[in-house]
Amino acid sequence: MPSFTVLVNGRSHTVDVAADTPLLWVLRDSIGLTGTKFGCGMGQCGACTVHLDGKAVRSCMTPITAASGRKVTTIEGLATEHGHRLQQAWVEEDVPQCGYCQSGQIMSAAALLAAHPKPTDDDIDRAMSGNICRCGTYSRIRSAIHRASQEV
Amino acid sequence: MASTVTRRDFLRSSAGAGAGLLIALYLPSADRLTALGERHRDADGLSPNAWLVIGTDDTVTVYFDKSEMGQGVMTALPMILAEELDADWKRVRVEQAPVTAAFIALRHGRLSTGGSTSVRTSWDPMRAAGAAAREMLMTAAATQWGVDPASCHTASGRISHKASGRSVSYGQVAAAAAKLPVPAQPKLKEQSEFRIVGTRTKRVDTRAKTDGSAGFGIDTQRPGMLVAVVKRCPVFGGTVARVDDAKAKAVPGVRHVVRISSGVAVVADGYWPAYKGRDALGVEWDFGPNATLDSAGIWKIFEDRLAQPLAVVRDSGSVASADPAKTVEAEYRLPYLAHATMEPMNCSAHVRADGCDVWVPTQNQTGALDTAAQITGLSKDQIAIHTTFLGGGFGRRSKTDFVTDAVEASKAVGAPVKVIYDRPDDIQHDGYRPAALHRLSAKLDANGWPVAWTHRFVAPSILAQYGKQAVDKGIDGDAVSGTGDDFPYAIPNMHVEYGIPETAVPVWWWRSVGHSSTDFVIESFIDELAAAGGKDPVELRRHLLADSPRRLAVLNLAADKSGWGKPLPNGRARGIALLDGFGNTIVVQVAEVSLEGQKVRVHRVTCAVDCGIVVNPAIVESQMESAIIYGLSAALMGEITLKDGRVVQSSFADYPVVRMNQAPKIDVHLVQSSEHPGGIGEPGTPPIAPAVANAVFALTKKRVLELPIKIA
Repeated sequence: MPSFTVLVNGRSHTVDVAADTPLLWVLRDSIGLTGTKFGCGMGQCGACTVHLDGKAVRSCMTPITAASGRKVTTIEGLATEHGHRLQQAWVEEDVPQCGYCQSGQIMSAAALLAAHPKPTDDDIDRAMSGNICRCGTYSRIRSAIHRASQEV
Repeated sequence: MASTVTRRDFLRSSAGAGAGLLIALYLPSADRLTALGERHRDADGLSPNAWLVIGTDDTVTVYFDKSEMGQGVMTALPMILAEELDADWKRVRVEQAPVTAAFIALRHGRLSTGGSTSVRTSWDPMRAAGAAAREMLMTAAATQWGVDPASCHTASGRISHKASGRSVSYGQVAAAAAKLPVPAQPKLKEQSEFRIVGTRTKRVDTRAKTDGSAGFGIDTQRPGMLVAVVKRCPVFGGTVARVDDAKAKAVPGVRHVVRISSGVAVVADGYWPAYKGRDALGVEWDFGPNATLDSAGIWKIFEDRLAQPLAVVRDSGSVASADPAKTVEAEYRLPYLAHATMEPMNCSAHVRADGCDVWVPTQNQTGALDTAAQITGLSKDQIAIHTTFLGGGFGRRSKTDFVTDAVEASKAVGAPVKVIYDRPDDIQHDGYRPAALHRLSAKLDANGWPVAWTHRFVAPSILAQYGKQAVDKGIDGDAVSGTGDDFPYAIPNMHVEYGIPETAVPVWWWRSVGHSSTDFVIESFIDELAAAGGKDPVELRRHLLADSPRRLAVLNLAADKSGWGKPLPNGRARGIALLDGFGNTIVVQVAEVSLEGQKVRVHRVTCAVDCGIVVNPAIVESQMESAIIYGLSAALMGEITLKDGRVVQSSFADYPVVRMNQAPKIDVHLVQSSEHPGGIGEPGTPPIAPAVANAVFALTKKRVLELPIKIA
């Protein structure tokens, strides 16, 4: 199988996988970073959201060929960037319930704050409506994003 | 399915728990140590029962034996115990209980989580556990000091004696306390003395759920673990006729192709090769007798059943003799629903000749244990069930189908195997919330008040389908929730009948179970009667709840906080609905709704709750928000249909759920109470659909008779 190198949370990883392998499964099965979640495999739910060169992407729809040689940030690596503020806001607002979608939610929120440091409710709707939460934590996610944006 | 838990069993054992709890709590010490296992053994520490270990180093470890699926039991249960222990909450460690005899005994033979029962069935025994330990620690300290235990007091993990100014930590006397007998009836606190219960204590699982470290079932990793994806017959009840696995085995990374009960498992080095291998697999199916089943055919079965004699759920007064000024009739239909948890079904198992480990996000540890024992032939003490975090449960994870898959696959290939459902598997191979068909008629008197209520309905029975617990005289107690003696409103003449239509569609418990259907029908029809009698919906409910002060208080709180009766902007209307159930919980919701074209927009939901004593108000509020969004997804969009014997929907594209931009603002108001705690995980779900539907009626004057709500 072909070999690919990705830079994940600042560390270089070389993996031997089929060229069509989604980045999600490289992260989870090859590298062992399980914070990025599998929810639908079709880009519908956002649970697998990571940053590719700083932009939010659905890792279940991103083949390793598209990530090769690029910089990937996952939930495990977010604390070193502006993510820490968001994670703290998530705690303050008691956001997670089952918690399964929250990695993806936080990664989408981090990308939003990078682009819009003071997002409006409409900005939040636009950036976050691709991330499903079956526990219905939406209003707390919204509050946590506002809280994090005020602490810049 | 010998391993299937029945909800009735579960609730029955819970309901009967009160008297026997103190006896069950205090196990012989040998059992206690077995329960705790080597890892937790602290020879000198105090462990008055399996839930609690106080170490000589002052650590307090509380084992929670329920499944954390978002509802907050991992925080709420230890809070209850810590309260009576007078522990220092900051030093309490919380750990998932192993599935061992001692913990199973504490729950009267069954470890499972469902029915919104965790807090209400743990309240008495976990308080007693904490209070017993506290008394033992106090007695130990008082003995050392040579003073009367009654002259000592405890706070935040310390015992002190005011008169002499002496003080000692729990850990320092744990070893001495461990030698004392466990008090049979320890003194419990008054509610006014609570310092942990009733506070907005932060959940203990939040940090791990924001940095990716929380371990869900799907995150299980073991040395040499393989991943399996299963090709399942799309038609319910179909079987494998022939397998051509040559192409699947040619996919790099695929190790095995094996037949298991649910179909053909492709076992590979990781998910992706397993998934590709399944795509390459050739399977011919014998579709069996259900190959032509479709939704129209299922409704025909329901209609035919409704035309036949049904079982009587309630017959009070005389509906025939009531003399009506007006008669109202209606027919309601509810669809099958999938659970669609965020974490797809999965399970990991490692079957060996002399043992078996199962790592599983389950609501049903006892079922998982029974399933693994049955498949492997091992004895139960050779099997370790490891409960992980659950990425949503909603009832789905009390089924054991995914445990069967993993244990069978691991046994077949002789290696640890993780079985993962993909999203279509998850939606198309679920146990569905039963569809239902209801017909009602009611009589109003000359003043417009309802005087007679006739309700006949059919809905598949989960209990009957799984056969474990025979339904009682044709009545499935879960399916008829809220319609019989537990009907919340006072109507003098009532006649209610229920029947079971037989279909091949697998059904299962879905958040709030029978109430998710019956409450929609009851609250919609009550609203219909208000309109027919010329009453305001709140006014009619107040009239019918005049002798139910708790229900009335919650109704009034919701009406007041929602601004019921106050003007709204043009194009907006309110609807209201009530739920009474799950032990001791009453929920009333008011939805504020407008229409955007043919779409219903829910702007705001006001939710009033009386769930007895509140252990953690922040968690109760979260559960109400969660239950409302879950119910709203079903009310607005949720529908599983069948064609050619198979489920039509397969993803969030055709089984959509509420997203951020559709989520209403939700305000939760809690009633102060000193009643025994009721459930909170489910009771917020049933009222939202009728509250929204009743608001739609207020806007359009057209009654919503079918879910999901469709605007013509």
